[in-house]
Amino acid sequence: MSTVLNAKVPAGELRDKWDNYKADAKLVNPNNKRKFKVIVVGTGLAGASAAATLAELGYQVDAFTFHDSPRRAHSIAAQGGINAAKNYKGDGDSINRLFVDTIKGGDFRSRESNVHRLAQVSVDIIDQMVAQGVPFAREYGGMLDNRSFGGAQVSRTFYARGQTGQQLLLGAYQQLARQIGLGGVRLFNRSELVDVVEVDGRCSGIVVRDLLTGEITSHAAHAVVMATGGYGNVYFLSTNAMNCNVTAAWRAHRRGAMFANPCFTQIHPTCIPQSDESQSKLTLMSESLRNDGRVWVPKNADDARPAEQIPEDERDYYLERLYPSYGNLAARDVSSRAAKRLVDKGHGVGPLKNGVNLDFSAAIARLGRDVVQERYGNLFQMYERIAGEDPYSTPMRIYPATHYTMGGLWVDYELATTIPGLYAAGEANFSDHGANRLGASALMQGLSDGYFVLPYTISNGLAPLLNKPAPTTDHPAFVQAETEARERFNGYLNVKGTRSPDWFHRELGKIIWDYCGMERTQQGLEKALSELPALYSEFKKDLRVTGTGESVNQTLEKAGRVDDFFQLGMLMCRDALDREESCGAHFRSEYQTDDGEALRNDQDFCHVSAYNSTGDPMSPDLVKESLVFETAQLATRSYK
Amino acid sequence: MKLINDLKLKVWRQDGPDAAGHFETHVVEKVSDEASFLEMLDQLNERLIGEGKEAVVFDHDCREGICGTCSLMINGRAHGPQRATTTCQLHMRTFKSGDEIVIEPWRAAAFPIIKDLMVDRSSFDRIIEAGGFITAPTGGAPDANLILVPKPVADAAMDSAACIGCGACVAACPNGAASLFAGAKISHLNVLPQGQSERYKRAEAMVHAMDDQFGSCTNHGECSAACPKEISLDVIAMMNSDFRKSKSKNRKALSRG
Repeated sequence: MSTVLNAKVPAGELRDKWDNYKADAKLVNPNNKRKFKVIVVGTGLAGASAAATLAELGYQVDAFTFHDSPRRAHSIAAQGGINAAKNYKGDGDSINRLFVDTIKGGDFRSRESNVHRLAQVSVDIIDQMVAQGVPFAREYGGMLDNRSFGGAQVSRTFYARGQTGQQLLLGAYQQLARQIGLGGVRLFNRSELVDVVEVDGRCSGIVVRDLLTGEITSHAAHAVVMATGGYGNVYFLSTNAMNCNVTAAWRAHRRGAMFANPCFTQIHPTCIPQSDESQSKLTLMSESLRNDGRVWVPKNADDARPAEQIPEDERDYYLERLYPSYGNLAARDVSSRAAKRLVDKGHGVGPLKNGVNLDFSAAIARLGRDVVQERYGNLFQMYERIAGEDPYSTPMRIYPATHYTMGGLWVDYELATTIPGLYAAGEANFSDHGANRLGASALMQGLSDGYFVLPYTISNGLAPLLNKPAPTTDHPAFVQAETEARERFNGYLNVKGTRSPDWFHRELGKIIWDYCGMERTQQGLEKALSELPALYSEFKKDLRVTGTGESVNQTLEKAGRVDDFFQLGMLMCRDALDREESCGAHFRSEYQTDDGEALRNDQDFCHVSAYNSTGDPMSPDLVKESLVFETAQLATRSYK
Repeated sequence: MKLINDLKLKVWRQDGPDAAGHFETHVVEKVSDEASFLEMLDQLNERLIGEGKEAVVFDHDCREGICGTCSLMINGRAHGPQRATTTCQLHMRTFKSGDEIVIEPWRAAAFPIIKDLMVDRSSFDRIIEAGGFITAPTGGAPDANLILVPKPVADAAMDSAACIGCGACVAACPNGAASLFAGAKISHLNVLPQGQSERYKRAEAMVHAMDDQFGSCTNHGECSAACPKEISLDVIAMMNSDFRKSKSKNRKALSRG
């Protein structure tokens, strides 16, 4: 099966495309909106903002979350901030500049039209969130404050202390709560999507599992939005929350939605390293620490002395040595790979020799402890709580970890997937960040999709359906999907093997991290692709899930998620093997410059790799969407 | 990394909302002092699954102290012994070999037990749905800098808005009251210029929704002491003040309407 991908990019100059689209989009009159039902899966920034806005417009909305409350979604953990081209600082920012920065940051592997629209609506997001009472940082005069962030030469990042994601999510949650109170949205909490149902070539609803009772039920709708986040937990250890998973997106993929650029996963250089084998997740420390911290490892790999006893001339400040002009501020992917190489060579520090030092002693000597405390006090405290060491007196230990996934469900300009009637928003889609996401732009994209894009594109999609019969859940397709879901979950319970889902997840994560992590090689990926099917078949034969399917069973939930991570993992490795170039966060060792920089191949790989499911993720059907750069100039990134 | 040995856990097990519960004793023979409290429970669960037994159910998600999903009464204290720390951020180095640790779910009538250590906190959502928002439908917002918010006001709003909705305040309160939670949201929105139009309507509606589900506040202050985000008791004073005023202000508004 092969499909020709049509991104449905509107005509006109890049800067006019979104206006042209809105001018031509079909509308549904206010009295008719209530005749349409829209399902929104996920209640993070993208999902909550979409559900609330669609309900305000008058659509009947059913929102689903596996959490106990919409307020728990993982958007809440974002620290740094949200970009917007407001130019409040008068420092030369503009929509075009945000657009160019985002395209460049993504290493020219994203679609120009979508990214430009993102930059355009970024300004509306700030207005909307302020109106809702999000307590952004302010100047003394009362105007909004901004800070600068990586990958940009202007200050365009709005922030609420180190909790910007929390405050934005609570803003969107409160707007959603208002609609729930008014009856515009029905909320189904602790309900996990287990399948997507297609009737007559159109997405007609979903099948969910009630996590409290195990009951499987169907829900029909005229349109379905997937706002279900990213798949970073395929690595087992990541900065994602424990329950983040790929199941919703993967089930949609299996039903016909194409999955794009699965190998584009972002590694963040400054996380607290793993402390022991029992560790369940990694914690991010803001990248801003690299402004004043110096990164080093002992020159002698066997040096077991505490950091402060190692003399200056026996330390290797490798970022300053390798990248003299950028030093400790080298790009995320560059500094991550440098850390990995040294740790792999045995120069790592800490009890497990799995980190590098981030040393503030020079900054404390230069600026004084008070200034350092003022800048980073909360981060130092957080580090001390987790690592049990005082960063004022001994260097922090850091190591890169998976943070964000740029790949996801393929969507066109309308954020529609390849199943008509099924949309994808936020981290769940692939559209805006190309091969690498810039800091402070994930929150921007989630809210842009939910508030300002989907309400227009969904109306355009629903208008032609007026007065046509609505889908119902008694259709055989729903009945069959329910049966398959029941069989799937009973199947996990009935394997009665010896290993827990977590055990398999850990093993899966090791393979993906080793061969499809920061640095990838043909040989490694081929090895992963030979090991994964073997481990997956062991999973099917030796899984043990205790308890029953009729009440809360977190082991059973996990089994379903790990099953889907296995299949995704295979697709990721296939994609990484196929993309014979280095771009953004995807670094293939065979394709690098003499200085160890990413070597892009625009001749052969200036495209989106989208995959059709064939039922076997080891042999998916690849379809390419060519990327054309008419406004941004295709250029090579450089850190010289 | 050091090992902590022979921890005696007394864990609350309960099959469902209406089932009778009981304490189950487990000895954790060794655990790294670097492990978090929840990772210690993960380890216990791995062992239980290995023995063919059902894992202990507990709510958790981000494990960085921000989502508010985790809970647990640990030795009778909400989120355990460390101040300003959620259970997921509590590390085993706080304990020593041979310790007995009693682990219970949040105890409050408004948070019924679902299973084992998992409770239903949707009563919090009902309070927010009643008025914990600013009505600002998408699309019509003015330019963000048209609404000036002096820095001290924005900072005060942020102090209250830091609430993570975990429910420790209710669990710690001898009355099972939710005044700190409701007060935090009311104080966040009612100090901001954007929140003024609905200020008294919000206070009245949220307090009524709170009173319908939770116990009454008698100013013990246990809530603030247990709060992992150290929300100040001041928020309760503001809530009470705005609630009291709402009774006259809202009546006036009605008579004009």
